[in-house]
Amino acid sequence: MPDSQTFLSIDLPALLAATLACLSCALVGNFLVLRRQSLMGDAITHAVLPGIVAGFLVAGTRDTFPMMAGALTAAIIAAILIELVRRLGRVEAGAAMGVIFTAMFALGVVMIEQGAARQVDLDADCVLYGQLEGILWFAPQGWASLADPAVWADMPRQVVQLAAVFALCLTLVLVFLKELTLVSFDPALADTLGLKSWMVQHGIAAMAALAAIAAFEAVGSILVIAMLICPAATARLLCDRVPAQLGLSLLVGAATGIGGYLLGAFGPHLLGYDQSVSAAGMIATLAGLILALAILFAPRYGVLARRKRLGTVDGVLV
Amino acid sequence: MGEGSAMLQRLKSRNFIPPADAGVSPLTVAGLSVAYHRRLVLRDVDWTAPAGGLVAVIGPNGAGKSTFLKAVLGLVPPLTGTVEVFGRPLSRQRALIGYVPQRESVDWDFPVSALDVVTMGRYGLIGWGRRITGAHRRAAMEALDRVGLADLAKRQIGQLSGGQQQRVFLARALAQEARIYFMDEPLAGVDAATEQTILAVLRDLDAEGRTVICVHHDLQTVAATFDHVLMLNGGVVAAGPVAGTLTDANLRLTYGQRAAGLSLLAP
Repeated sequence: MPDSQTFLSIDLPALLAATLACLSCALVGNFLVLRRQSLMGDAITHAVLPGIVAGFLVAGTRDTFPMMAGALTAAIIAAILIELVRRLGRVEAGAAMGVIFTAMFALGVVMIEQGAARQVDLDADCVLYGQLEGILWFAPQGWASLADPAVWADMPRQVVQLAAVFALCLTLVLVFLKELTLVSFDPALADTLGLKSWMVQHGIAAMAALAAIAAFEAVGSILVIAMLICPAATARLLCDRVPAQLGLSLLVGAATGIGGYLLGAFGPHLLGYDQSVSAAGMIATLAGLILALAILFAPRYGVLARRKRLGTVDGVLV
Repeated sequence: MGEGSAMLQRLKSRNFIPPADAGVSPLTVAGLSVAYHRRLVLRDVDWTAPAGGLVAVIGPNGAGKSTFLKAVLGLVPPLTGTVEVFGRPLSRQRALIGYVPQRESVDWDFPVSALDVVTMGRYGLIGWGRRITGAHRRAAMEALDRVGLADLAKRQIGQLSGGQQQRVFLARALAQEARIYFMDEPLAGVDAATEQTILAVLRDLDAEGRTVICVHHDLQTVAATFDHVLMLNGGVVAAGPVAGTLTDANLRLTYGQRAAGLSLLAP
């Protein structure tokens, strides 16, 4: 176990960033899972890569704003291209997404390599797997110093940004829960009621893009996919009402964020190894593990429960 | 009268309903054409809904029946044509329109209860970002009761039978308190008890002076159930009271030779 100073400066900010990233993605992911559009999370996180790299190459720094702007631009371009391929090629939306997001991701990889050739400080690992361990908080000097507001004012940029994105997403979901649920369930009804479903659908996509872009720096663009889908899908298997599902997905998201980080950072030490393993990788692994347990053992929708019901008289629940 | 009713009055006042004796049709469709991927599905539909009586929209598979409903509701963009509700454009009369889609159009595993779904019918009245009040829940509960499902209000919708699911959709439309109802095959594949309940509700709606327009698949029951018929096959073949319109000649024009010999002549 580390001493308290190491924990406060290295582990606490990383833990906060990981947890906030998981919370935002878990919350927004619910609406991708409910609309059976889990693939969209995949598409967004892949498609924004060239935008992130372009933002970095143009600005020449790792400031958030240029990378965010680049990512949002790429997300919009991807949405337009997907719609074009879908209409001109007359293929289903999933196929169009598959073509566009892999192509854009490949472009991003090429751009990283070109950038690296020009001695730019950007490596693929950081973009793909995140940099949790690079989020440092030097201000606190022992636990007692946490009472000082000046220490909190020095909170790393990534943590503040993730907290802001989570607060925004949570507010939007709470205010528009009725509309989000209606459009996810029956967009045609929303349109006949005069509640424009396309606005809500674009809003969901924008929130997913925002959560994914904010989280990518912490856990990497690939592992964001796990956080968008796993907690929401786990909660989906265990709940019969939307509000309950949202609450449980947040609980699962926080638990995987905290648990995954602690396991990655300290688990190997407890087993007698001298190294720690990638926290982001551990978080995604834990999220997948929890989802697997839910798929097997969920009381109503789980594999075992359904198999058991097949043996009953009519298989209908009362 | 509760808060919901006051809100309803306010909303309805923004939509225009002329007095019954003014002779304005509840629905007027003029020159409506719809295409999917450059294939013309409906061609130049002119139709005026009757002021009273249940209306069946019939025609063979692919005749454009569902497309007709969706275009009239503004769910698919028409190539040409206009839709007027009580003499005003549809976009200004949304609160007067209720829609019962086909049961297959939604995911019944969705984590909502029967009451949740029926309450959705009132979201247009409630408005963006506003809370669902007790008055709206009570109105939804009354609608559920009207289709005989008050006992199952809290049940997740996937655990209802097909007929019960269809009744939930009907209750949702009732909760809207609309003046014109569009229903896409509300009687398809339902059990006998559900069919009786739905038919009773449809007749009540008609008696209350509301317009009911149903896409209907079963030619055998058209004459017994409906008062008017709109026969479609890529366009209007015939329209009018069942007696006099649902003739062998018109059926043959609508369905081709398959309908010949069915002997569905109206009495």
